[in-house]
Amino acid sequence: MSANKPTFVYVTYIAASPERVWEALTQSEMSEKYWFGYRVDASGKAGERMTAVNPAGRLAHDDPIIESDPPRKLVYGWKPLYRDMPEERPSRVTFLLEPFKGQTRLTVTHDEFDEGSKIFGMISNGWPAVLSSLKSFLETGRGLESSWGEAERKRAGEA
Amino acid sequence: MIDAARFKPKTVYVTYIAATPEAVFDALTQPDFTRQYFGGLAVEVERRTGGAFRLLAPDGSVHVSGTVVEWSPPRRFACTWTMASMPQYELPDCLVTYDIAPAGGCVRLTTTEAHQWDIPDAILSGGRAGWPAILSSLKSVLETGKPLAVKLEQPAEMLAALQALRR
Repeated sequence: MSANKPTFVYVTYIAASPERVWEALTQSEMSEKYWFGYRVDASGKAGERMTAVNPAGRLAHDDPIIESDPPRKLVYGWKPLYRDMPEERPSRVTFLLEPFKGQTRLTVTHDEFDEGSKIFGMISNGWPAVLSSLKSFLETGRGLESSWGEAERKRAGEA
Repeated sequence: MIDAARFKPKTVYVTYIAATPEAVFDALTQPDFTRQYFGGLAVEVERRTGGAFRLLAPDGSVHVSGTVVEWSPPRRFACTWTMASMPQYELPDCLVTYDIAPAGGCVRLTTTEAHQWDIPDAILSGGRAGWPAILSSLKSVLETGKPLAVKLEQPAEMLAALQALRR
């Protein structure tokens, strides 16, 4: 791997089974409760599409599902469809779900960025907020209200 | 006076927690909290900049010792870490900083591990494996009252790199 190509890695431990975490990552009725209103549907098989609809009802993602091995591994492409996004080639998101004592260790790796990617900076801020909210949602039934999420909702309405 | 600028950030972990900044600060600085989520370690800290800082194992032995570099409740807590449990490796102290910022209905906790030498990635793997487990459990303690069952172990690559340092 080239040292110049940025890779984002985030690990979180969640008091929920891999099956529950999988549902939350792939089903839009669940994602909208923690992913700051985004309806993310990644329930298809490899070769099908991952779609994300923002809180304003606009399509924010329409990316290929590269690998789907429930409840262990999910890989999809990543190219935001907003017009104000920098023009960059699609990157790649990998979710790895590992069981440990009835809990899940979730590792998210976001890579395949070009050197100097601007989108990389955005996702580096975004994933900790989304994945913290996912953990809260699965452990307490409630996602987080964060200023990052607020900004994202506002942006979604405008973009 | 410790020159914090000598330390370069090597590992950063950000987590958002549904709690007040005061509650997060307490969870980081009070032994009844840290025992629950920090691998059983009890924090012992003099509540002032320049004060002593220690992490004690359940048998009372000193796991980490250090000095408080910044005591600014409820926004920032920073201290040097001397790995007292591994004196044989003579590792230079590192600097661990917790930054607590309000972020809408929750707080953003940023944990930064900084080093003053050209530390190999293999040695950093210890913190890179440990912080997500510790801070995930801290978040669960504050939001649900229950810590996670997490396994804190030293990665084989870290132990090998530490051994290599002694040669």
